[in-house]
Amino acid sequence: MGALEHLLDFEGWERTQAENLFETARMMEAVLDRPMKKVPALKGFTVATVFFEPSTRTRISFELAARRMSADVVSFSGAGSSLSKGESFKDTLLTLQAMAIDAYVIRSPVAGMAHQATNWLQGAVVNAGDGRRAHPTQALLDAYTLLSDLETLDGKKIAIVGDIANSRVARSNAELLPLLGAEVWAAGPAGLLPENLPGARLTTDLDSALDGADAVMVLRLQRERMGEGVLPSLREYIANYQVTKKRLDKTKPEAPLLHPGPMNRDVEIEGTLADGPKSRVEKQVRVGEAVRMAVLYHLLVGRAA
Amino acid sequence: MSLLIKNALLVDGSGELGKTDVLVAGGRIVSLSGGNAESVIDADGLYLAPALFDPHVHLRTPGQETKEGLASGLAAAARGGFGTVVAMPNTDPVVQEPEQVRALLNEAYDLSGARLLCSAALTVDQEGGRLTAASLLASAGAVLLTDDGRTNENSGVLARGLVYAAAAGLTVAVHAEDTGMRGNGVMNDGALAAVLGLAGNPPEAESARIARDLEILRYSLRKTRSLGHQPRLYVQHVSTARSAELIAAARADGLPVFGEVTPHHLTLTEESWRSFDPRFKVAPPLRTRDDVEKLIAALERGELSSIGSDHAPHTAAEKDRDLESSPFGIPGLEVAFPLLYTELVLKRGLPLSILLERMTSGPREALGLTPSRLAPGEPADLMLFDPHGSRTVDSSSFVSKARYSPWEGRELAGWPLLTLVGGKEVWRDPIVA
Repeated sequence: MGALEHLLDFEGWERTQAENLFETARMMEAVLDRPMKKVPALKGFTVATVFFEPSTRTRISFELAARRMSADVVSFSGAGSSLSKGESFKDTLLTLQAMAIDAYVIRSPVAGMAHQATNWLQGAVVNAGDGRRAHPTQALLDAYTLLSDLETLDGKKIAIVGDIANSRVARSNAELLPLLGAEVWAAGPAGLLPENLPGARLTTDLDSALDGADAVMVLRLQRERMGEGVLPSLREYIANYQVTKKRLDKTKPEAPLLHPGPMNRDVEIEGTLADGPKSRVEKQVRVGEAVRMAVLYHLLVGRAA
Repeated sequence: MSLLIKNALLVDGSGELGKTDVLVAGGRIVSLSGGNAESVIDADGLYLAPALFDPHVHLRTPGQETKEGLASGLAAAARGGFGTVVAMPNTDPVVQEPEQVRALLNEAYDLSGARLLCSAALTVDQEGGRLTAASLLASAGAVLLTDDGRTNENSGVLARGLVYAAAAGLTVAVHAEDTGMRGNGVMNDGALAAVLGLAGNPPEAESARIARDLEILRYSLRKTRSLGHQPRLYVQHVSTARSAELIAAARADGLPVFGEVTPHHLTLTEESWRSFDPRFKVAPPLRTRDDVEKLIAALERGELSSIGSDHAPHTAAEKDRDLESSPFGIPGLEVAFPLLYTELVLKRGLPLSILLERMTSGPREALGLTPSRLAPGEPADLMLFDPHGSRTVDSSSFVSKARYSPWEGRELAGWPLLTLVGGKEVWRDPIVA
């Protein structure tokens, strides 16, 4: 297994790769518990966050992760930039490349963008979400969160609920979690399920997905991604797929509840559940930083070595 | 100026005609049994065939000359062994008035390269609303009416368009895709699109539209029967097994429908998308291995009777964008013949005469033109190719302005070495003595 060159998705990944990353993430988590939350690990490296699609939490998480390790950080975001003057994604990236960047954290509304970027750029590329294709650091932090509750994912049933077809989070989790031994169920309305999702069992029956589940992951209902007629009625969605306290009776009693955010309270999830004892929403955000530190560390230090 | 092509293996759509010496003079084939000429080419070991006919190219003129021009496009065609190409009208402005057709034909007349034939829009600005003047366009020299690039959403307009086109002796070509089903699909819809997270364009969007268009053709046949006119429907770039099946059944039923297939739909599959490379982005999209197999079978049986390159050049910068904003289209003129000769004739045993028929007389028949044959008296539109010499596709050497190719690096045989149009040399590979 060679050093990690880019993080685009989990194609070709082995279980040990994820486990090594989690081991580093645990050390990084310890750094974040210190009063002085900074190490010199990436001193001299420059990380660019390049967001062609609006996002706040993911960008901040990556930027903090890089700064905690003493990297220099520059950030580019699409709105109000040269992109609005007609510059292509490629030219934007090439301009940044001329500024001697070591790693690019790229978020794009179009699938395949991070992959294309590796053809154009010298540095390491981290996919921070490309269209509805992949969001690997989200899946890594989800798995890391699950592991802290469940200790192992071997034989565990994980239910993912919501707009599966349009979700890069669902796609990446369906790649990663089975690699760690989990059995993934994906539940949603017929029009929001993809034709297939390797690694996951698809169902329109939420109760069967929740039945005996060891953990539940609720997806944001991405109304902005939906074309006309894809989701006929929000009322119908809520009636059939909203994750409620009552529906969670079907799962294992201690099953943790995850949500990648941002949340539409009382749409995909009963509002009060998000603040309840089963919710891991804050934990996900907190460990997300440590996981992203580990990713940048593996990419940059592994590459320089 | 007379020319003797010695020792060539003659082949056309009717079959292989043996090794002989061909005498060309006055722009025509004079004899297939030798004679005296001012110049001589020794074509020992090479095939001599009618120059190819491409019914579907985008030369981007007028208005989009950064993508392609008449000079570069017609030269690229000549290099690819094509003697004649039909330019699509989806330019800026759209070609839809007789004066525009005349101007294009005049401009091309002085250029060295393949012959230019023009198509014109079926509806004003290709918007599918008001019909253009079929008879005036035909008089100006247009050979085909089409809203290619756009889809004919209004069935009634297409139905009347076929009736008027038939009265003018013109074929109507359709880009058959149901836009509602296609949505914003960039690749073939299916399991792979789901995995790659890319918007899918379903195969049924194409077959559903073809099924509709065949019913519209029946209507136009009924409307023109008593007039003695012959409507002809030409279905461009058929890409799915089901579409080919529909066309085969309609032809068996006697309908005047002609199906076209492109070099890319015959040789590439959706699997190419795993590389997220926009060079593979084309409409209709690359389909599955099963579709490719059935398209080849339909081509061999003649159910799909025409090969069109759908040469659709864009600038390299436009093409090398993200997968949503990169424009649809593959440039194919300079590789179409060696590609299909290698992949279909050499690797799969398709008879060479069938490939040639589909690249000459097949598309000509669809436009109501006479077949291309190697016989005394026929125009000396000829192509000489090397069945053995293998070369790698190198798009940096293209004369088309679109210097990229989804077949980059493929090792191919069958490269055209000489192309004659009306006896005039429009392409000669330096290796031909």
